Amino acid sequence: MSKFDARIPAGPISEKWTRFKQNMKLVNPANKRKHTIIVVGTGLAGAAAAASLAELGYNVKAFCIQDSARRAHSIAAQGGINAAKNYAGDGDSIYRLFYDTVKGGDYRAREANVYRLAETSVDIIDQCVAQGVPFAREYGGLLDNRSFGGAQLSRTFYARGQTGQQLLLGAYGALNKTINAGQVQMYARHEILDVVVIDGKARGIICRNLVTGEYERHSGSAVLLCTGGYGNVFYLSTNAKNSNVTAAWKAYKKGALFGNPCFTQIHPTCIPVSGDYQSKLTLMSESLRNDGRVWVPKKKEDCQKHPNQISEEDRDYFLERRYPSFGNLVPRDVASRNAKYVCDEGRGVGETGLAVYLDFADSIKRLGKHTIEERYGNLFEMYERITGENPYEVPMRIYPAVHYTMGGLWVDYSLMTTVPGLFALGEANFSDHGANRLGASALMQGLADGYFVAPYTVTDYIASNPLETINESHPAFDEAEKESSERIQKLLNIKGKKTVLEYHRELGKIMWDQVGMSRNKVGLEQAIKDIQALREDFWKNVYVPGEANTMNKSLEFANRVADFLELGELMARDALYREESCGGHFREEYQTEDGEALRNDEDYAYVSMWEYKGDHVEPDLHKESLVFENVKLTQRSYK
Amino acid sequence: MTIHLRVWRQSGPNAKGNFEQYTLDTVNPHMSFLEMLDVLNERLTKEGQVPVEFDHDCREGICGSCGVVINGTAHGPQQRTASCQLHMRHYKDGDAITIEPWRAKAFPIVRDLVVDRTAFDRIQEAGGYVSVKTGSAPDAHAVPIGKEVADEAFDYAACIGCGACVAACPNASASLFTAAKISQLALLPQGQPERKRRVVAMVDQMKVEGFGDCSNHGECEAVCPKGISIAGIAKMRREYFKAILTGK
Repeated sequence: MSKFDARIPAGPISEKWTRFKQNMKLVNPANKRKHTIIVVGTGLAGAAAAASLAELGYNVKAFCIQDSARRAHSIAAQGGINAAKNYAGDGDSIYRLFYDTVKGGDYRAREANVYRLAETSVDIIDQCVAQGVPFAREYGGLLDNRSFGGAQLSRTFYARGQTGQQLLLGAYGALNKTINAGQVQMYARHEILDVVVIDGKARGIICRNLVTGEYERHSGSAVLLCTGGYGNVFYLSTNAKNSNVTAAWKAYKKGALFGNPCFTQIHPTCIPVSGDYQSKLTLMSESLRNDGRVWVPKKKEDCQKHPNQISEEDRDYFLERRYPSFGNLVPRDVASRNAKYVCDEGRGVGETGLAVYLDFADSIKRLGKHTIEERYGNLFEMYERITGENPYEVPMRIYPAVHYTMGGLWVDYSLMTTVPGLFALGEANFSDHGANRLGASALMQGLADGYFVAPYTVTDYIASNPLETINESHPAFDEAEKESSERIQKLLNIKGKKTVLEYHRELGKIMWDQVGMSRNKVGLEQAIKDIQALREDFWKNVYVPGEANTMNKSLEFANRVADFLELGELMARDALYREESCGGHFREEYQTEDGEALRNDEDYAYVSMWEYKGDHVEPDLHKESLVFENVKLTQRSYK
Repeated sequence: MTIHLRVWRQSGPNAKGNFEQYTLDTVNPHMSFLEMLDVLNERLTKEGQVPVEFDHDCREGICGSCGVVINGTAHGPQQRTASCQLHMRHYKDGDAITIEPWRAKAFPIVRDLVVDRTAFDRIQEAGGYVSVKTGSAPDAHAVPIGKEVADEAFDYAACIGCGACVAACPNASASLFTAAKISQLALLPQGQPERKRRVVAMVDQMKVEGFGDCSNHGECEAVCPKGISIAGIAKMRREYFKAILTGK
């Protein structure tokens, strides 16, 4: 048993959250004004939390690295958001959404958190509609739903292929309302460099003004990290270029445990890599698998033929063949792995042989081009802009790419890390998706955490914990600022020969080859050594141009890559210790006869929690045992 | 292929700027425009020079971070495409490309191609939302909205706030940007209670920020990567006059 308690309320699963809210301590309205809450990141989780906490009466300071809160990477989410509304009348319920999410996560998520997520999902849709979010509607004026991978129901609400944008602009509106009312102070182009811990509690942050290079200190009663995921450790991913792990990593070094770092989602439908100049990968929404059929040629010799010249009987619709009941809508980990298998067999298509087809010809025949255009028009346009090919006429070529990280800072039921007063919301925490996230669940989690969970749990924390009055001249701030500025200066002073981009690409290659879609003991041990060597070289030989006291994006990137060079090692270590396959974590040594992930519930039904012990010391592994009282553990089958 | 670049360099808001010329001879037609700038920056770094600063993030045309004037056109030659989604296959070997920041009084230059667009945020803060407290919303099906209305509202809601409309306008007007939010919320039942207050507050803020007036050039619509229609500007004006005449 772990010495860290998840503090899950007692009682039946459907009553836990209600009981928490009934039993939580309150802060009276006059006292809320005396507390400042620091919210880092303004994506769905951050913007929603900042606005909601401000509405309750707290002083809120919100920070983002972009030039505007509206540009956080939640904006790029395409497909949709799940909610157990059962508007489609197909038998959906809170329990079913809960069950699908736990099963989809391959039984490595915490039941109580997932149930709460399913419960609050219904309120999210109400909230967003009231904000004026223009969800897709039917002619009768009611909301339309579609289905997504890993579910046999239609519970996904969407706004064309821009659902994340519309939800984020809704949350940004809520944030703007509170800024206008003077309840939130917004700091754009500010990057957090450290978390300040005083008397064991998170009491503030050090950040750098990205325009002037000045260091700033901000103190408060609680710090909420809503800083997203760390997929950019792979260099190529679908994440935005500025997405990074720095805030979460600094929290880890200040005593917050890191949960399940190796759980990474490789998304099956991305536009393939086209050359070594590639700076990022572009996702094609999973919703496309509703109407697109995935295939490769049966024969290797057909792979370089034009796809329209390959006859129906020479095509292998491998997902439909292997998984007749879910077909093209199997969860992401399953779809990605199968695409890798067929390419490994030499049946991949395109110039590099690392792609499979996603074909809309049948759907266009059945539904007409107009309907397909209405459903996916912007995605088709985006595909054509990037590849120069028209997907109405030629099947899309797709390949898996790093998309999302299920791992993150370990949090208890209140979304609080192991550092009191330090919370992690949205993708930044580990809590709800286990070893694999289902499509349309990230938006749900970000907004659930921000609108409907943190406002209660942060209040409970503040009401239950006496907080000494401190200010920004406390020695802990001096020390944290000194450390941060020294590191920035050190990066500039190395003046070596290799660029930050070169290091980042090398790290990405190690991660993709050894800690990517499939992993094994030998490769992971090698990756740990390779990353250590690369990190050592980085601190001796990196060249960072420019100065510290101006806008300097090269410097920003260098500081982030330095943290990725440490995180990558922890991910490899976590993957090495988890001697089973589950969800997105596929260990080649542990698979069934037909190549499916082979879980080991007896020994590995736990959350790994890594504790930092020093820069040159191995971290300690703690375990949160996962107890399943409401879902029966079975081998996940989508056949 | 070989591309000749003329890039605006300016070390700070108050510094004098100038064009610098660079020639790149390893440009691949499949590269995006920003990847071509990455190649330039990598070379400058290797040569010990300071790289060109430009804003970018999602590189999928949705975050609105990027945006430069390319040979005189905001976001470059391909319609309905943000700078990050423009690909070098639209150029040919030997082409010359001039790259400048957005130029407008309300968007001061921060460094090189980076401008300060916080004026846009302040316009939104003035009223670009529906005031609904978290947790107080009625059921999402309580108010049906016809598909046609919802779709039209969506067309306006698609704005990414990149600022190309301002950069393209001879008056540096932010009318298309402001009108997009006003039109979206004026069309939807949720936007009705604050309809008048919103349009007046946002239009007034637009003036305070130093953006010019609209004189129907239509350049904004032509460069908008999301194809926002200038019909929204007409709507904004009607909304504004109605609000002023009938009292907000």
